[in-house]
Amino acid sequence: MDKSRMVPVPSNAIMPERDIDKTPILETHHLGIDFGGLTAVDELSLTVGKTEIAGLIGPNGAGKTTVFNLLTNVYQPTRGTIMLDGKSTARKTTAQVNRMGIARTFQNIRLFNNMTVLDNIKVGLHNSINQPLGASITRLFGYRASEKKSREEALQLLSFFGMENMANMQAGSLPYGAQRRLEIARALATHPGIILLDEPAAGMNPSETAELMENIRRIRDEFQIAVMLIEHDMSLVMNICEGICVLDHGKVIAKGSPEEIKANPAVIEAYLGKKKEAN
Amino acid sequence: MNKLKNLNKFTFTNIQSYGIVLLAFIIIFPLQKAGLLGNQISGLLVPTCTYVVMAISLSLTVGFLGELSLGHAGFMSVGAFSGVVCAACLQNSIASDPLRLLIAIIVGGFFAGVAGLVIGIPVIRLRGDYLAIVTLAFGEIIKNIMNCLYVGFDKNGIHFSMTSAEALGLIDAKPILNGPNGAQAITKISTFTSGIILIVVALFIVLNLVNSKTGRAVTAIRDNRIAAESVGIGVTKYKLTAFIISAVIAGMAGALYAMNFSTIKPTKFDFNTSILILVFVVLGGMKNIPGVMIATIVLYAMPELLRGFASYRMLIYAIVLILVMLATNSSGAKQFFEKISSKIKKDENADVQNGGVSNG
Ligand SMILES: Nc1ncnc2c1ncn2[C@@H]1O[C@H](COP(=O)(O)OP(=O)(O)OP(=O)(O)O)[C@@H](O)[C@H]1O
Ligand SMILES: [Mg+2]
Repeated sequence: MDKSRMVPVPSNAIMPERDIDKTPILETHHLGIDFGGLTAVDELSLTVGKTEIAGLIGPNGAGKTTVFNLLTNVYQPTRGTIMLDGKSTARKTTAQVNRMGIARTFQNIRLFNNMTVLDNIKVGLHNSINQPLGASITRLFGYRASEKKSREEALQLLSFFGMENMANMQAGSLPYGAQRRLEIARALATHPGIILLDEPAAGMNPSETAELMENIRRIRDEFQIAVMLIEHDMSLVMNICEGICVLDHGKVIAKGSPEEIKANPAVIEAYLGKKKEAN
Repeated sequence: MNKLKNLNKFTFTNIQSYGIVLLAFIIIFPLQKAGLLGNQISGLLVPTCTYVVMAISLSLTVGFLGELSLGHAGFMSVGAFSGVVCAACLQNSIASDPLRLLIAIIVGGFFAGVAGLVIGIPVIRLRGDYLAIVTLAFGEIIKNIMNCLYVGFDKNGIHFSMTSAEALGLIDAKPILNGPNGAQAITKISTFTSGIILIVVALFIVLNLVNSKTGRAVTAIRDNRIAAESVGIGVTKYKLTAFIISAVIAGMAGALYAMNFSTIKPTKFDFNTSILILVFVVLGGMKNIPGVMIATIVLYAMPELLRGFASYRMLIYAIVLILVMLATNSSGAKQFFEKISSKIKKDENADVQNGGVSNG
C-alpha cells in the first residue's frame, strides 16, 4: 500500500488509506487544458476523500489556479474528466457545478463589495432559500419565513467566523483578513461537499494564519466536508494537509503525505529549491 | 446601532418613494377636482405619471441590473398599442372605464413582457456596449413593426394585417391601429388617479424585488459576476428575469400613456424617447428610486411648462448626458467625485462617532 501511493494505479488518492473507508468526493482523470500552444495543466489524476484536507502546491505559474478553474468549470478541460460525488461535471455551467457541491474562494478576493456582509452570505444561501419570484415581489407566500430563515442561517455562519458584529458593514470596507473569512463563509453558505481555497493565507500575518489554520480544521470537522487548498505558506500546508499534490509546469511531480513531500527530491528541486533561491 | 441604521436606510428609501407619490397626489388631486389646474397642467398629469413609471422600470435595468438599455421605448410602444387594441375590443362589452383601463394595462404589460422575453434571450448574453447597441436596434425594429401593423375589430372578431387597412376587410368598423398613422379615435380613459396607482404598483414591485432573493441575485451579478456564478446563481436566468419585469412595467406605462390621447403614432416611441427616459434615470442617480422619480418630474414637466425652453430641450439633454457620461467614465472626473464623496463620508463618520461619544 505504502509504495503505491505515488502511482495512479490502483488508486489516484492523494492519501489512499482515506480512500478505503471514504468514497471520494472529487476525482479527476487525466485532466488537462491547453491555452493556445501552452499546456497549462496536463495528466492531472487525483482523488480527494469526503473529509480530507488536501493541499495543491507548486511554484508560481505551475497551474494551480487553473486546476481550480477547471474543477469549477470556469474553463472547459481540453482532456480528461472530473467526477464530483460520483457524477461527471462535463458540460455543466459554473453555477450548476456549484449546486452539485463544489464551492470556492478566489486568489484575488471576489466579494460583492457593494453589498453588506450579511447580504453576501445570503447570496451564498441563494439556492437553499425557497422564495419564488412571486413571493419576492409581493412579500407574501412565505416571504417573511424564507427571509427570516436565510437571515438566521447567515448569522450562524458569520458567528462561526466570529463576524456577527460586522453583519451590516459593507463587504468592501472590511479589513483584509475579514474579507478572506467572509469569502470562505459565503462559499460555505452554498452547502458544498468540497470547498476550494485559493491561497487563503496570502497577505496574512502569522497570528491570522494560525487562526485560519484552526478555521480550516473546524470547517472540515463541523461541516464534515472536504477542503482543498492552494497555498505558498509551507508551514500551513505541512501542518494541516493530510495529502499534498505538487504541480510544476502543469504536471504532477509528487503526491503524498506532508512527510513524503518534504523528503521528495523532485519537490525540493522544483519547489523548495526555487523558493530558497528566491529568498 | 449599526443594525438600526441599516434598517433605516432601506425603509427610508421606501418612505421617501411612496411619500413623493402620496404628496403629489394630496396636492394635485384636490386642485384637479376643483378645476384649479389649467388645461396645460392637467394634460401633463398622466404623461408625467407614465414617465415616472418608465423611469422606475428603466432604473431596474440600468441601475440594478447594470445593463445599458437604449430601446426601452420599444416596450412602451408594445404596451401602448396592445393596450389600445384591447380597450377598443372591449369597448362594447365592458362599460366600466376603470375596469377596461385595468385590463388594457395588464394586457399591455403582458405583451411587453413577451417582447422582453423574445428580445432578452439573445440580448442578455451580450455585455456592455454590445447590449446597448442591440437594444437600440430592437427598439427601432419594434417601432418599424408598429409602423406597418394594421389591426381592426368588427362583429367577426379581430383582424390583423401587415400591408394595409383595406386588407383587414372590416365590416362597419374603422381600424384600431392604422399603420404609420397609429391608433386613432382612442377613448381617453386614463386618469391621474390611475397614473398614481400605477406608480405605486411599479414602486411596490421594484422596491420589494430589491430586498428579496431575486433582487440580491441581480445585485450580486452586477457587483461581481464571476463570484455570483461561483455561488450557484444562474446569471442568464436572473438577468432575464429583471429584464422582463422591467419590460412588463414599461408596457403597463405605455398602455396608460396611450389611453390619455385620442391619437398616438408609433414614431412617438422612438430612440429619443428611450434616451429621454435614460436621462431621467442617469440624472436621478441610477438606482436611487426617489431621485429618479424627482428627476423625471422636474425634467419632464418643467420644459413642457416652460414653452420657450422646450425647443432647446433635446439640446440641453444631450449636453447634460455628455457631461454625466464624462463625469462617470473619465478617470480624472471619477477621482474628483470619489474625493468629494469620501470627504462627505468621513464627515458623516465623524458625526456618528461624536454622537456615540456624547451618548456614552
Ligand atoms: N485564461 C488563460 N489564458 C492563457 N493562459 C492562461 C490562462 N489562465 C492561466 N494561464 C496560464 O497558465 C499558467 C498557470 O497559471 P495559474 O494561474 O494556474 O498559476 P498558479 O499556479 O495559480 O500561479 P500562482 O501561484 O502565481 O497563483 C500560467 O502560465 C498562466 O499564464
Ligand atoms: Mg494562482
